[in-house]
Amino acid sequence: MSGPPVMALDSVTKRFGTVTAVDSVSLELKEGEFFALLGPSGCGKTTLLRILAGFEAPDTGRVMLDGAEITRLRANRRPVNLMFQSYALFPHMTVSGNIAYGLEMERLPRSEIDRRTAEIMDLAELTELAGRRPDQLSGGQRQRVALARALVKRPRVLLLDEPLAALDKKLREQMQIELKRLQHDLGLTFVVVTHDQEEALVMADRLALMEAGRVVQTGGPRDLYENPASRFVAGFIGVTNFFEGTTADGGLATEAHGLLRADATATPGKAATIAVRPERITLAAAATEGLNGARGLIAAVAYHGNDLNIHVAVPGTPRAVVARVDATSEIADRFQPGQTVCCTWRPEHGRLLTE
Amino acid sequence: MTPRLRSWLLMLPGIGWLTVFMIVPCLIVFFYSFFERGTYGGIDYIFGFQNFSRAAEPVYRTIFLTSARIALEATLIAVVVAYPAAYAISLAPKARQTRLLLLVMLPFWSNYLIRTYAWIVLLNREGLINRGLRGMGVIDEPLPILYNEFAVVTGLVYNYLPFVILAIYASIQRIDPSLREASEDLGAPGWRTFLRVTLPLTLPGVAAGAVFVFVLSIGNFITPDLLGGGRLQMVGNLIYDQFLSARDWPFGAAVSLVLIFIMMLLLFAQAAAVNRAQDHGRAA
Amino acid sequence: MPDLSRWLNAHLWLVYVFLYAPILVLMGLSFNRAGMPTAWTGFSTAWYGKLIESPEITSAAFNTLIVASVSTVIATMLGTALALGVSRRRPSSALEALLFAPMIIPDIVLAIALLSFYTLLGFTLGLHSIILSHVVFNIAFVCAIVRTRLRHFDYSVVEASVDLGASEFTTFLRVTLPMIWPGVLAGALLAFTLSVDEFIIAYFTAGPGSSSTTLPMRIYAMIRFGVTPEINAMATIVMLFSFTLVLVSQRINKGTVTRS
Repeated sequence: MSGPPVMALDSVTKRFGTVTAVDSVSLELKEGEFFALLGPSGCGKTTLLRILAGFEAPDTGRVMLDGAEITRLRANRRPVNLMFQSYALFPHMTVSGNIAYGLEMERLPRSEIDRRTAEIMDLAELTELAGRRPDQLSGGQRQRVALARALVKRPRVLLLDEPLAALDKKLREQMQIELKRLQHDLGLTFVVVTHDQEEALVMADRLALMEAGRVVQTGGPRDLYENPASRFVAGFIGVTNFFEGTTADGGLATEAHGLLRADATATPGKAATIAVRPERITLAAAATEGLNGARGLIAAVAYHGNDLNIHVAVPGTPRAVVARVDATSEIADRFQPGQTVCCTWRPEHGRLLTE
Repeated sequence: MTPRLRSWLLMLPGIGWLTVFMIVPCLIVFFYSFFERGTYGGIDYIFGFQNFSRAAEPVYRTIFLTSARIALEATLIAVVVAYPAAYAISLAPKARQTRLLLLVMLPFWSNYLIRTYAWIVLLNREGLINRGLRGMGVIDEPLPILYNEFAVVTGLVYNYLPFVILAIYASIQRIDPSLREASEDLGAPGWRTFLRVTLPLTLPGVAAGAVFVFVLSIGNFITPDLLGGGRLQMVGNLIYDQFLSARDWPFGAAVSLVLIFIMMLLLFAQAAAVNRAQDHGRAA
Repeated sequence: MPDLSRWLNAHLWLVYVFLYAPILVLMGLSFNRAGMPTAWTGFSTAWYGKLIESPEITSAAFNTLIVASVSTVIATMLGTALALGVSRRRPSSALEALLFAPMIIPDIVLAIALLSFYTLLGFTLGLHSIILSHVVFNIAFVCAIVRTRLRHFDYSVVEASVDLGASEFTTFLRVTLPMIWPGVLAGALLAFTLSVDEFIIAYFTAGPGSSSTTLPMRIYAMIRFGVTPEINAMATIVMLFSFTLVLVSQRINKGTVTRS
């Protein structure tokens, strides 16, 4: 996973009328990596994907493939394939007809088309369904056909538009692992568009979080989770607790809890928050030496099977603070709604964010 | 080629054809209506509104009013007959509904000359209806049910009934079934649910169908021609006469214009009423 | 409400009787040896024989088939192209009006308009002028039916085809056309039926001479100026022909006939 990028976007902008869907985005896709484009709906990730596929031409900027510029190259000439969210299977062709279609467009000899089609159907366990039409298949089967149809062409990059959105939770979790395994075995470059941050964290080697047409942060899942660059990133990825206040020397000055210590590199006097993950919060009876603390009342205890999420109403926070407690731990039973409790955490586990 | 350009290129031949063979001829009719009939049946290009003032004369006014009245009768009868039939179909099991509808529509797609002729056979003095009634002793003398207004209205109703049934059926189908259930749940007996929920909600669809039928009836030529026996003059016959017997094309054009004008008025009124109904919000 | 539904069903069956009685009477009469409904003198197919022997009728039928075939082919191509062009975007109300106008305009008005148009151009009338005129309303019907079909068309399939390497043309040929084909065919059958049955526009634009007489024109003459018993046989054949076409069209494109 090193070397020159297989695809790159250089300051790409795309406008639709008065709306700027993609705002000067630059990205690099490394060969053989699983990349995710993550963001809320309307952030521009789908438009970006379509620019990579060749269905939208950017207003400004360049699209590069293996170092060569392909900005104006039409979709049917790019060695890049898209798996559509709706699968877009040809209803009037059989499974094998659908899969062979892309190879037929490459004008390969019939024998090779048949061979490669049979090969991928075997890989995707579709051989028995070869003669069926899309309307005779289940959702999961249709997805495999859509994937096989794109993969059989051995594209340089495979783009997937919300591939798991139509599946129910259990199947989705299974498929996340399946896709990751598939990508790893094939060694291809995958780019997945998704609005589900958990999915992106599970599947991706690297991801880019987008908001309002811009890339807000790029990095590995760990980077975005543990070192969010902004309040938006911290809030979008996983669950985060925010403590609001003003920057001061040594940390964050808050009304209700005094000075909360944090790595202070910002100029004092600005409105800011400290972001802390639920698993980093320890609930104690009272403030503890060396730790930040914020007192509040337990509002609810939510049981999640393997752990408890304890929701504490704390002044100076936009929502209840969530602390995660292992359900098997001895203190698990001690927490009841109505109790006063102190949320504590080590200063180095809180991120001070000014935007 | 951008998608926009491609769309326009695809539409160009069709639009072109419609422009040359529909819009242009209609414009010609529009212009003819302002000119006068020439001495030998041609056109004298003298501009004026004389054709329109002539169309407003009592003789022709009567023809317009008669056409409107007959069309109205036919429309009302068709709606009253169609509604229960459409309702009956909507109550049938889903699988049968398509077949029932198809049976209703089949006659509609057959030749309308022949459908009208069939009524001549049925309604004339020696026709089946008269002979049947005489045979049963109900009447002594044959009823004059052909070549008059009764026959024309019957013919119009027969022609357009399938269409009205379809329109009303579609309107009934669009109603959310849970609305009927809610009404029942709140204590309304069947007929009240019908009067207060179903009927009002289907009214726009019924009105749309009715306007369509009225507009088609008023411009109809074949039915009054064949079933009216030459005694009944409707707008369609008037236009026909002006073009083929009287050879007063400008006047015929003017009459056509008035007919189109009335039609457009009705269609716009109906569209406006639909818009207003949608603004008031329909039950979600 | 079992009582109400019984009344409603009875009404529905009466409506069916009303709709089909005239048709069935004609069909029955066509086999009546006496020809007229005065009395039933026995089953006979003689009148059908007389139809075939009559040259006016056979030539009129032939003319009708030519007019219907040619106008259908033209109208199907133009109407389908129109539907494809219109379907990707919301059409302006002017365009919508243009597409619906041929179906609403009273046929007598269209007939006189076309006659005026041809006369003004000094265009000689004949079968060709009927064909040109029939295409007008046929385009509208084909377009409407194909548009209905396109409403449920998943356009991502077109993009998928392009993504897999197909050109615009190949995509149209191998993906779009096969998928809309039932709609196109149903539209074509409908246009054919309408053209076969159309009387008044043909009457006005056929011009003088019997070489351009269509079947409906001949039927009209038979009804108006001299009812002979062959007409019942003629009526039966024409109706059965229409019914068959409509049923086939319905089969091909389920639900379109009732939906339009």
